Amino acid sequence: MVYSVKASLQEILLRKKTSIVDKWVQRFLSYYPSESMKFLSSQKDRFANPVGYTISSSAGAIFDELVGDGDFLVTELLLKDVVRIRAVQEFLPSQAIRFVFDLKEIMRSEIEKEAREKGWRDEFSEVESRIDGLALIAFDSYMESREKLFKIRIDEVKARSFQTIVASGAGINNREKRNGD
Amino acid sequence: MNAIFSLVAVIVIIAAAFLGASIPRLDFLFGVVFPYAAITVFLAGIIYRVIKWSASPVPFHIPTVAGQQKSLPWIKDSPLESPHNTWGVIGRMALEILFFRSLFRNTKMEMKSGPKLVYGSSKYLWLGAIAFHWSMLIIVLRHLRLFMQPIPSFVLGLDSLDGFFQVGLPGLYITDVLILIALSYLILRRLTVRRIRYFSLASDYFPLFLLFSIAGTGVLMRYFYRIDLVNVKELAVGLFSFHPAVPQGTGVLFYVHLFLVCTLLAYFPFSKLMHMPGIFLSPTRNLANNSRMKRHVNTWNHPVRVHTYEEYEDEFREKMREAGLPLDKE
Amino acid sequence: MAGPKLKPEELASKIKYNLPPNGWMDQPVEFREGTFNYSGNPKNVEYLQLPNPRKWQPTDPDWQLPENWKEIILEGLRDRLHRFRSLQIFMDICVRCGACADKCHFFIGSGDPKNMPVMRAELLRAVYRKDFTLAGKIFGKYAGARELTLDVVKEWFYYFYQCTQCRRCSVFCPYGIDTAEITLLVRELLSLIGVNIDWIVTPVANSFRTGNHLGIQPHGFKDSIDFAVDELESITGVKVEAPINKKGAEILFITPSADYFGSPHYYTLLGYLALFHEIGLDYTWSTYASEGGNFGSFLSHDMMKSLNAKMYAEARRLGVKWILGGECGHMWRVVHQYMNTLNGPADFLEEPVSPVTGTKFGNARSTKMVHICEFTADLIKNGKIKLDKSRNDNRRVTFHDSCNPARALGLIEEPRFIIRNACNNFFEMPENTIKEQTFCCGSGAGLGTDENLEMRMRGGLPRANAVKFVKEKHGVNFLGCICAIDKATLPPLMEYWVGGVDVGGVHELVGNALIMKGEKERTTDLRGDPLHIEGNRHV
Repeated sequence: MVYSVKASLQEILLRKKTSIVDKWVQRFLSYYPSESMKFLSSQKDRFANPVGYTISSSAGAIFDELVGDGDFLVTELLLKDVVRIRAVQEFLPSQAIRFVFDLKEIMRSEIEKEAREKGWRDEFSEVESRIDGLALIAFDSYMESREKLFKIRIDEVKARSFQTIVASGAGINNREKRNGD
Repeated sequence: MNAIFSLVAVIVIIAAAFLGASIPRLDFLFGVVFPYAAITVFLAGIIYRVIKWSASPVPFHIPTVAGQQKSLPWIKDSPLESPHNTWGVIGRMALEILFFRSLFRNTKMEMKSGPKLVYGSSKYLWLGAIAFHWSMLIIVLRHLRLFMQPIPSFVLGLDSLDGFFQVGLPGLYITDVLILIALSYLILRRLTVRRIRYFSLASDYFPLFLLFSIAGTGVLMRYFYRIDLVNVKELAVGLFSFHPAVPQGTGVLFYVHLFLVCTLLAYFPFSKLMHMPGIFLSPTRNLANNSRMKRHVNTWNHPVRVHTYEEYEDEFREKMREAGLPLDKE
Repeated sequence: MAGPKLKPEELASKIKYNLPPNGWMDQPVEFREGTFNYSGNPKNVEYLQLPNPRKWQPTDPDWQLPENWKEIILEGLRDRLHRFRSLQIFMDICVRCGACADKCHFFIGSGDPKNMPVMRAELLRAVYRKDFTLAGKIFGKYAGARELTLDVVKEWFYYFYQCTQCRRCSVFCPYGIDTAEITLLVRELLSLIGVNIDWIVTPVANSFRTGNHLGIQPHGFKDSIDFAVDELESITGVKVEAPINKKGAEILFITPSADYFGSPHYYTLLGYLALFHEIGLDYTWSTYASEGGNFGSFLSHDMMKSLNAKMYAEARRLGVKWILGGECGHMWRVVHQYMNTLNGPADFLEEPVSPVTGTKFGNARSTKMVHICEFTADLIKNGKIKLDKSRNDNRRVTFHDSCNPARALGLIEEPRFIIRNACNNFFEMPENTIKEQTFCCGSGAGLGTDENLEMRMRGGLPRANAVKFVKEKHGVNFLGCICAIDKATLPPLMEYWVGGVDVGGVHELVGNALIMKGEKERTTDLRGDPLHIEGNRHV
């Protein structure tokens, strides 16, 4: 997926970066109960507030790669960190990765006027396709996280049924089994 | 909603005092009856509550420790964070009560990133709390000069210390400024931080508004609408010596102030303000971390159903024999 | 938050964010798979003679409570207010300053405001106010009082089984209000009407009957220990003795049953066996008291007492001098803060003295039970064992303070001293995530079950996040801990959030490093992993 955003549009997007990224982070956090939002957005200690830290530290870098010529390598890692959190929280799958699409809307509202004046329709839709690309990565990451959860769950159940077998008095002489879990 | 409810309650109290004290014949009620009644409720209420608390035993020895235990002689223990004897506990409690040690723990700022000030919000809580409580204490002690003749020297000392900056006339007390700032901060914090507002009850706002009105009326009387201190002292000394007399012409503002104080006193035993005596009884703080050194006795340690070794061996005897494990009964 | 599924057009259209709630009392709880625990197995509820055994699940609309459930709870609350000063004080003096609010790992990881410790306690306080305070009776909702309803019970179940009793909030509370105490007492109340979870009830029933949570019977226990002895021999070439139920031994050793059945606990067990052999300790295992942990302490004070009684009873029956306890978190809270009160005095035992160094463990002189880390640290300090640190060179270690040893015992330096003497590469996690401020694994107090996995991942995020930091900064690949629940639940936590970090006990590191008389050249560590790692060859 190596394709770049036209320089002129790139410029203006980078110029508006702070505002776009801020809004994006705020929108991301607004999916949490309002009582918690303040904590998530204002506590800057990365250990006291891993959720807020992860999103606010990743958003800018993701934006840079999106607007720049990057091939989403860093983005993939960062998105994974963010989505991994969403995947265990109180969200439907659609809600969990919705934040990626939010970026479209936020960007549009920030630069729509200018883009229309300068006739950047094509360039703009290119950015939007790149955001769709992000969404696909987010979807993959979401599934990966969920699958990992299920694998962990299965492993736990397996280990427990092994214990139950042994506890029931069948004895243990199966070394592989133990080293395997 | 809760905040509005509390604010209205305080305004009603102020209005009642204002109207009541404007009627000359009610002087005695506001100047003598209410204060005596409030003090009585205050003292009796606190004693009742503390006795009630003390009536419940401390069944288990459950200090929350915040530092290294005393174990091997070559490992340095933290006598104040994890006290192992009474002196340590006294030290820990003193730190807690005088300097709000646990709240202060909030302030550790390490590995922070981003704008600097934001992480400080928890520090402000400590600062706000300590500024309010110490100012309050000093102001209460300063008021002793109204009750006592001659004025004790420590009160005079406190007075001059508090008025150290000698700004304005009458001299500005630092604590007057501090208490108003601290209370404003505590009120605003409750109102503006959503997660705090989420769990704040009317009974959290009420004492704040009440205290603010008390401090506010006090400041008004000292700096703006001067009242006759001789009268006040006459009343106070009279109350204190159980020969109450109501001087004339003390001013409505004074009675509003006094009535608010009476409300606070009477409200105190029924409220969260009981944290003041309560902290002394908190079992996670007032016990030493010597749980394995000294046996703690539970007065109601009732027997429970247990599975004895005999029952256990009876159930598994054959299997134990087969496995070659020793048995009590062959 | 998760509501009903939205239609595509609804999803696309702008949804309203941040709907202001009508206040927390009007938001009923929703049970979503992955975030709650299944109910107690009626068979085991009955075996334990607990009230109201029946088949039910939290997702059922009807919980089949006894008709007078409300009366039972209020009466239970009244009784506990009279028996626990802690409860009475904690109900009355909270000023809702909010210092605790962002200290709970569940709040940090989930963003659910009812996971703020102050709110968790308010769930009970609101009911307390309604029925036990004058203001609550008169002013009702305005005094923060709330009628006890079925919805409240459901909320209690949800949120008090979302507290791991880690007591981190209590450290930051200006009055030391201890949510663990409140949680345990509410669980007691819930249990009175037959609301329990299976991950507690079943281990407790097992422990009551067989002596351990896993339900391992005496012959299975012996098999397991024998097996470990053989395995240790194949790694070290040394055949060790592991006496079981031996009368007249000097010391009774009790450790969580997971140590001889779970992985990675098992490698810590190998470490114990090697260590005890090397110092020639005269000790015994017990099948009757084959459980250090005490899931009863997650259910009620009475159940805690009932299970704990086996320790002293067995020590008395076997005629030992004192008891040595293995690596475990909540077990040590019970031993340190409850055992002597519940089941003492232990006047039939002697004040613990290390038979190897002669050190008197004065800090355990009354309870007469010593923590293995205190014991081993003393051995190392006195030069009684030889450790080859380089055998742990394939490990870059950090240490997770388990909640209870840190905040109930203050056992902070002993394990660190041992780690520093057993391996070369030790790195601390950030200060506000360790020692008395340590973050919980997110799965303690009976919540470590697979059906509750998503909640566990949320709760464990702050801990995992700190591990990830030292992994990235120092290349840490081993998370040491001294708690059986940690050893069971940190591996999945690491797998999900971090990756590439193993979890193991401090005595596993000791076992790796321990130079034993007559041992063969070690080619693997206790896990069977080769000692040689790329570019770093060992003897």
